[in-house]
Amino acid sequence: MTEPGRAWGDAPLIFERSRSGRRGGRVPDYGLPKPELPPGLSRARAPRLPELAEPELVRHITALADRTFGVDTGFYPLGSCTMKHNPRVNERVGLLPGFRDLHPHQEDEGAQGALELMWTLQGILAEVAGLPAVTLQPAAGSQGELTGLMLMRAYFADRGEERDTIVTADTAHGTNPASVAMAGYKLERVETDARGNLDLEDLRGKVDERTAGLMLTNPSTLGLFDEGIEEVARIFHDAGALLYYDGANLNAVVGISRPGDMGFDIVHYNLHKTFSQPHGGGGPGGGPVAVRETIEPFLPAPVVVREGDAFRLDHDRPKSIGRVRGFAGPFGVFVRSYAYMRAYGPALREMSEVAVLNANYVLAKLRDAYDLPYDRHCMHEFVLSARSLKRDHGITALDVAKRLMDYGIHPPTVYFPLVVPEALMIEPTETEPKERLDDFVDAMQAIAREAAESPELLKEAPHGRPVRRLDEVRAAKQPVLRYAFDDDPAFVG
Amino acid sequence: MPAAESYPDDLRYHPEHDWARVDGDEATLGITWFAQDSLGELVHYEAPEAGSTVTKDSSYGEVESVKAVSDIVAPLSGEVLEANAKVVGAPETVNDDPYGEGWLIRIRMSDSSELDALMDADAYRTHVAES
Amino acid sequence: MSYLSLTDDDRAEMLSAIGVSSLEELFEQIPPGVRFDRELDVPPALSELELVTAISNLAAKNAHAGVELSFLGAGIYDHYVPSVVDVLLSRGEFLTAYTPYQPEMSQGVLQAIFEYQSVICELTGMDVSNASGYDGTTVAADACFVAKHTSDRSKVVLAETLNPQVRQVVKTFALGFGLDVVEVPHRGGTTDPDELGAAAADAAAVIFQQPNFFGCLEPAADLAAAAASAGAHPIAHVDLMTLGVLEAPGEYGCAMAIGEGQSAGCPPLFGGPHYGFFAARQEFVRRMPGRIVGETLDGDGRRAYVLTLQTREQHIRREKATSNITTNQTLLALAGLVTLSWLGPQGLREVGETCMALAEYAREELPLEPAFEAPSVKEIAFRTPIPAREVVRRMRERGVHPGYALGRDYEGMDDVLLVAVTEKRTPDDIDRLARELEEVLA
Repeated sequence: MTEPGRAWGDAPLIFERSRSGRRGGRVPDYGLPKPELPPGLSRARAPRLPELAEPELVRHITALADRTFGVDTGFYPLGSCTMKHNPRVNERVGLLPGFRDLHPHQEDEGAQGALELMWTLQGILAEVAGLPAVTLQPAAGSQGELTGLMLMRAYFADRGEERDTIVTADTAHGTNPASVAMAGYKLERVETDARGNLDLEDLRGKVDERTAGLMLTNPSTLGLFDEGIEEVARIFHDAGALLYYDGANLNAVVGISRPGDMGFDIVHYNLHKTFSQPHGGGGPGGGPVAVRETIEPFLPAPVVVREGDAFRLDHDRPKSIGRVRGFAGPFGVFVRSYAYMRAYGPALREMSEVAVLNANYVLAKLRDAYDLPYDRHCMHEFVLSARSLKRDHGITALDVAKRLMDYGIHPPTVYFPLVVPEALMIEPTETEPKERLDDFVDAMQAIAREAAESPELLKEAPHGRPVRRLDEVRAAKQPVLRYAFDDDPAFVG
Repeated sequence: MPAAESYPDDLRYHPEHDWARVDGDEATLGITWFAQDSLGELVHYEAPEAGSTVTKDSSYGEVESVKAVSDIVAPLSGEVLEANAKVVGAPETVNDDPYGEGWLIRIRMSDSSELDALMDADAYRTHVAES
Repeated sequence: MSYLSLTDDDRAEMLSAIGVSSLEELFEQIPPGVRFDRELDVPPALSELELVTAISNLAAKNAHAGVELSFLGAGIYDHYVPSVVDVLLSRGEFLTAYTPYQPEMSQGVLQAIFEYQSVICELTGMDVSNASGYDGTTVAADACFVAKHTSDRSKVVLAETLNPQVRQVVKTFALGFGLDVVEVPHRGGTTDPDELGAAAADAAAVIFQQPNFFGCLEPAADLAAAAASAGAHPIAHVDLMTLGVLEAPGEYGCAMAIGEGQSAGCPPLFGGPHYGFFAARQEFVRRMPGRIVGETLDGDGRRAYVLTLQTREQHIRREKATSNITTNQTLLALAGLVTLSWLGPQGLREVGETCMALAEYAREELPLEPAFEAPSVKEIAFRTPIPAREVVRRMRERGVHPGYALGRDYEGMDDVLLVAVTEKRTPDDIDRLARELEEVLA
């Protein structure tokens, strides 16, 4: 598969398809008098929006879709992102008119079906986390993190305790330290030991009466379950601090081990990872947060409560940290994740079991072709290193990633976690059949051979995509961040 | 054209991969070949203002490549006389000539005894080999 | 039902390749004390058919715009979403891709984001736009974070006529940002520029909304000038669907323009997912939160698109990042791009004009007095002779939702009803609203 598979051609910008005076949609004219705006408020110059009729607009969208690779296109083992199949029934029910056209300011009595769905979803999430109270409001995982940290602030303020430091792992996603800073906390970083667990020695020296809590992903971004998690929890709880569970890797442990049982006090879920909300080219997501009873009074308002057979949004929460986004959360995401959970029922455990089985199978097949920095069974993902390829053949993790594209496979996450040089972080997910895993294994093994035999092939990859490697330096040094309109005849006058 | 690896003997070095060239009570500061090589081609230099103060071992600015950002650590304390406008406009100058055209700031030193704590080229070469 | 593909033979073969005799061996790394040893207590599994039935039954319990004539707005507007948006949403490539970290695999979504950024800049009169924020509330908090880091000030000023949910979100996060929040009350439905300017002394930023939460048009240029002369960044919170008729914030001196994108391309959907837009003048580009796509060339000199200025972001700058955002609202933002492109400049102006005409029609026809004198685009606050919530209750019994009771957020406004129209409401609909109001108030 070394030759370009097809001729891609160029894709004009939507502005370049535009012709002055061409119309797309029309708006009803009810024959009412046309009101005038007061001077100074009305728009002086019409915005240069594209002018297209529907046929070209549809072709444009289609052309762009064609130049985009999704899970529907092929294997997408992007580590820590859980690129599983997105069932189409979820899309169907997510856009039922009873949801789609339901206004979020509708009175509770007029939204009983939506509230019941959210209430049930809260219950399932609570059971999965092993924690009793859930807010659905946060918009995504990183907002869940910030919400969790604001909950810690409110909890300690309520107790009259001054704590200013949050501990994170050196394997943490960048969102963790960024959230810590945005929540106004200081950051303390703890190291990973030789087995890939938190270094308990290092940890003990960094936890004291100033520590508000820990943020941890478990299994970690190395795909390894922290074997010392019970001791970790003891260290923090003995110091009066709290534990926050970053749910990015929850897909490894649903029904197998619960964060609440591990000792975590606050947990966020990524509905777009574990519970199959489609990733949408970058979003939307959903980042509900579950907490222990002691933290429940501080949850963002409103929360969904049940009273007899009726459901309502409870806004009267005097200790709440406040609102973290509009309304009660990204409802359409809730419908899809609810549908996903109801399709599995208690067999959600099997979802995680197969995710772990698939990852370990691929790991077993690739361990001889690449470096394996932590030699253990993995959970739902694992991290390889291209360190030897780089040393022996000058081939980097990035070269491997780009070459995978020529095999019709989306690259894994590269250069993360930071503790592994030339990292390749691979998460197959449970929805892949064995044949696709074997295709990936074959491709990765072939690339390792190519690295030795014809390294130039890798250096110049990809060969079969719409574009070759990009000049990212140029993009950053001379940023062009919007269409310039210069000299475009469609927009003159 | 990126420069070849070198660590001139007339400079003093800080373990965070910064150099100082001393001239009377003034010093010119920059980052070493090793630092620019680790970062890759620079695309941005966030420079301090003339007149501001830099403190030894503390950051006085940032340099960025496409995929990395690095604090620039002051090897010496003092007042900023000038930031290198050429590097602000063309950050890759640092990659091309880290010890010449690619200098970052000139300062008036506030404590010349700080020089004693810096490494000479031989010591820095050993430091780099261990990095 | 299951979305898993492994057969029993597959499993046996895979376990053998791993070198374990059972799945349980893989989980031995989990300490026994934290293994979950019972079945999850969750509702039983459903087939796809049962699932559709169960969820359809829930959907049917909601009073949506198809069964109730609704004049609700107050931040979420029932504009028409064109059918071409379905083309976008049904393409699996957009739906099932993630953040375009690998540009060679993602040129389509990258180019679409670049086009979205261009449209947002053009509508708001700004130089740079990000690829989206979560919604119209969180982009306001983002803007405060940017303002704090581009000034040495630690206060933000919010007009009271700014959407209450936006103000609540800013207050939630201001605590962590180290910002004090000051609010400026309205005077007869709009904000007084002098009062705003006085409050803006020592403030990093001022945020006001145009049209404001009461539907009134603010003296936006005067507000921006008052903020700027106090040394605070003026930030306008605007509605894309009004920007065919209303002046662009960049033209009246704003530093940033933000807002809720829902009205352009997204159905109300009980509050989300929608998208927030964030645009700013060039000087803020290195402090912008979130993803930004830039144009560049590939190795063969072809035009191409890539995530750029990434050193701002959490995966590189970590605790010094301009924001912690990673997953955003790309798919919804692209629905906005498609909707605005479908409308074009002419269509967008017609949407604004039709809404204005309908709002004026409602002002004349409804048996209620407008609460404020200021002009409107698509939403008008009316005084009600009985509490507005009671009006809502009585009207809903008749299958009409008359609007938003402002007493839900504003003290002393229990007798104010906020009535929204979009191009989807007809003069006949407004006639019916007028008729039913007369009857319930008789």
